Amino acid sequence: MLRERIQATNYSFFDKLKSIDYLLILLIIAIGAISVFAIYSTEGGKFSFYTKNHILRLSLFFSLFLVLSFVRVSTWYKNAYIFYVIGLVLLLVVLFFGISASGATRWINLYFLNLQPSELMKIAVIVCFARYYHRIQSSDIQSYKFLIQPIILLIIPCYLVIQQPDLGTSILIAGSGIAIIWLAGINIKYFVYSGLLLLVSLPFAISILKPYQKSRILTFFNPDRDPLGAGYQIIQSKIAIGSGGFFGKGYLKGTQSYLEFLPEKHTDFIFTLFSEEFGFLGSIILLFLYILLIYRIINVGLVSRSFFAKLYCFGFATAIFLYVFVNIAMVLGMLPIVGAPLPIMSYGGSSLLSIMLGLSIVMSCKIYNQEQISVY
Amino acid sequence: MLSRGRNIEKGRVITRRMFILAAAKILLFAGISSRLYNLQISDREKYEILSDKNRIREWKTPPQRGIILDNFNKVLASNDRVFQLHLILDEIKDFDVTVFKIKNLIGLDKFQVKKLYKKRERLKSWDTLVVSDNLSWEQFSKINLYLHELEGAKPVLSTSRFYPYANDLVHIVGYVGDASLKDIEKPEIKENFVPGLKVGKYGIESSQEQHLIGKYGIKRYEVNASGKRISQIDYIKELQGSKINLTIDIEIQKYAQELLKGKAGSICAMDIYTGEVVAMASSPTYDPNKFTHGINQKDWKEIRENPLKPLVNKSIAGLYSPGSTFKPLVALAALEYGILDPEKIVRCKGHKHPYELYGVKYHCWKKEGHGYMKLRNAIKQSCDIYFYEMARLLGVDRLSTIAKRYGLGSHVLGDIYNDEKNGLVPNTKWKRNALEQSWYLGETVINGIGQGYIQTTPLQLCLMTAQMANGGYKIKPHILKDDTINYQDVINKIKLGQSNYPFHERNYLDDIDISYYQRMYHKKSNINFVLDAMFGSTNERYGTSFRSRYDDPKYQFAGKTGTSQVRRITELDRELDLDTEQIEYKKRDHALYIAFAPYRDPRYSISVLIEHGGSGSKAAAPLASKLIKKIIDRHKLREQFNNGDTSLA
Repeated sequence: MLRERIQATNYSFFDKLKSIDYLLILLIIAIGAISVFAIYSTEGGKFSFYTKNHILRLSLFFSLFLVLSFVRVSTWYKNAYIFYVIGLVLLLVVLFFGISASGATRWINLYFLNLQPSELMKIAVIVCFARYYHRIQSSDIQSYKFLIQPIILLIIPCYLVIQQPDLGTSILIAGSGIAIIWLAGINIKYFVYSGLLLLVSLPFAISILKPYQKSRILTFFNPDRDPLGAGYQIIQSKIAIGSGGFFGKGYLKGTQSYLEFLPEKHTDFIFTLFSEEFGFLGSIILLFLYILLIYRIINVGLVSRSFFAKLYCFGFATAIFLYVFVNIAMVLGMLPIVGAPLPIMSYGGSSLLSIMLGLSIVMSCKIYNQEQISVY
Repeated sequence: MLSRGRNIEKGRVITRRMFILAAAKILLFAGISSRLYNLQISDREKYEILSDKNRIREWKTPPQRGIILDNFNKVLASNDRVFQLHLILDEIKDFDVTVFKIKNLIGLDKFQVKKLYKKRERLKSWDTLVVSDNLSWEQFSKINLYLHELEGAKPVLSTSRFYPYANDLVHIVGYVGDASLKDIEKPEIKENFVPGLKVGKYGIESSQEQHLIGKYGIKRYEVNASGKRISQIDYIKELQGSKINLTIDIEIQKYAQELLKGKAGSICAMDIYTGEVVAMASSPTYDPNKFTHGINQKDWKEIRENPLKPLVNKSIAGLYSPGSTFKPLVALAALEYGILDPEKIVRCKGHKHPYELYGVKYHCWKKEGHGYMKLRNAIKQSCDIYFYEMARLLGVDRLSTIAKRYGLGSHVLGDIYNDEKNGLVPNTKWKRNALEQSWYLGETVINGIGQGYIQTTPLQLCLMTAQMANGGYKIKPHILKDDTINYQDVINKIKLGQSNYPFHERNYLDDIDISYYQRMYHKKSNINFVLDAMFGSTNERYGTSFRSRYDDPKYQFAGKTGTSQVRRITELDRELDLDTEQIEYKKRDHALYIAFAPYRDPRYSISVLIEHGGSGSKAAAPLASKLIKKIIDRHKLREQFNNGDTSLA
């Protein structure tokens, strides 16, 4: 029965190689290389722990990306819900058996890697939603049934992630989910309504925030409120970026990061370091690389035949955009500080793993772009 | 087919919405780019400064103080090498342990340890704490031996103020000490202050602070976020303060101080043409070196509670009635105003028949009386009766005009010393304003012998003598060497009488301002008369200081004794007629003496004051005599040196 539903196309290996998006791979390699240099700089120009680990993970997950790219897109389609459920189970495991660091419980100890399931959930939600809307007719899409179901699907992981607590990742998960709901064609009025509702409930939402989260938001509006405490990161980050100027201070010469004024410089604030050393020019180039990456992903969506592939690619492109935007806007002082890594650039295994996983699905959409996936 | 149509429709919706999203993404990215532009291009300078502020921290290094020299370039205040122990606070893991170790090594007492903790509270974590700024060599080598156990400890070779002539100069040069909060508020200190810097507390050290203090150096270090020094970026060397030459001759000063040993009093010597203060001794004295590193309680108590008041610079801050040393000036005033003919005879009949005015009796100091006196003899033998009569005729207002003109009643050294006193030259107007009483003639009478309201400092008396001895010209007294004055020019001008005569002859008797190096007299002969009388007082039989004279014309001087009462003399005192030794110290008269030398070609004036020394002729004049010899012996040297021949010094 199943074989009937999916009209599999037979590709030769050569065909597959031919349809690989090499520009996309090039972009990944380029950003990956930049990230190695940046992490090397965070260690003051010494080839040690973080750099070694980052290179190891990059090569490992890049290989994984290449291998997984050849998985049929229909396989992802078929296992989308399973992927989602695995993600949920892992989040529950975190809730009960997770390991803690600096007041948050986000990780599962896998011995070779501390896995952060919320990062995987970012991708799982996109895959799951792409599959969900793949089969829904556009005439049915406005019905309440099909509106409520995805919202529930979204609220569960978001709630679990907020409990860790990890507001940043939770917002990013919600953001990518909503993006796909939008792409599927839900009436605009729902977005307007929920937007208004959000505004109205904002004061209430703030009141249930954790004290440190509140302080972060207050600090965002006025970093000088507490320049050595909560405002320190924003202020120092702005100083680092601003003092970089047009050409930057030069590689390995970023005084702000070198002299340890920058916190978390190899994770969330990697862009700050990069921008201090390479200036406006470097930052714009890096930004452009990300735009190209997003463009290529959208392009894959455009050339794919199946809705699943389209929805997935557009959704994932939006997710990547969100990660990049939230991270950079955050270090530039345009958004409050919430934990959000910069894709590929930031040091961190789970985030890198999920991005590579996501990209491999994009690549598989590209390779199998002619594959039709039956709606039924 | 229906489903196919729907599918096409669905595909369109997805694509359309994707493009809307893409547009939003482009907008947001544009927002990020413009923010980047703002930070990195528009506001770059602001953030660059902030970044430098972050990473660069400055440490100020204290400058060396300017040295102070005497007239012959002998060093009066130098910077000596000292051993210090500093603690670099951010290198210390456990402050308590380090302090405990140091305490045992160099033997700090409880009080000093407490002080260290207090000091640390005021410092920032990257500052340096000075544990001791003057270690002995023994302590210093001990610290060096155990240095590996003392984290953050840094033995430092530094410099500190040293006064080689210690006690002999403290009233002139002053001393330095730790800056108080009040000191730091002074502008010249505020802009140059570095923690640990010693500042002038008194005397030249304090008033010439702006020249002596120098300019601090700056060491710029790159530091990391926790304040640890990473590397030195910049070092602007500190500038030593400028050196200051005094007009003092340390040999004469030392000798004057020696003459005063064991007494309370003052000796001042001045060049009567140039106005240079050659010596200005005050006794008793104390050691300024004790203040440099903070004086201990015991020493401070000793100085403060000494009944002879070593902290008072008696030359400029001690106020005394001039007594008979005022008489030459009274005589000069009377002559200038033409009040009396020097040939006028007044009879002094001794204590049995005192001078009487409105029923009040005024006695001469001499029990037996002087007999018939003319003015010259009255000055020579210091007859009070003659001066009572003369003062009565002259009146206090005219006397005060001349007294002020010759240097009494105002600062002699300007604002060099903030403890210098003005003294008081009374007149009717002053009494009305200050005491709201009218003047009594009796007060004029005792004013004529330098008693009553009048109060002078010894240096004022020295200046008064100088300005009479130089022929009645106003000079500019100073203690800081002034290279802008051409002394030879000044001397020629005064000696040859080349000064301008801007005033009408009559005006010289008015209360007028006279500028430096201009004549102050009305008639030259009046001055000469007074100087001649002073010569008589010293060099002729019956002169009050006849016993202290020199017959050698090289040293021959002229002077006037003075005995200043510290209380009213009662009838009982007169009957008892006790010797000085028999009277309680506090009730003894002050002994004074003024003189100029050599008589033939005067060059120096001198004033001597011995507190409670008894009579001027016995206690003060002999000291002046000794010092005059020393001064004249050194005159040639001084002259040659000041004319540019430095080989002799």
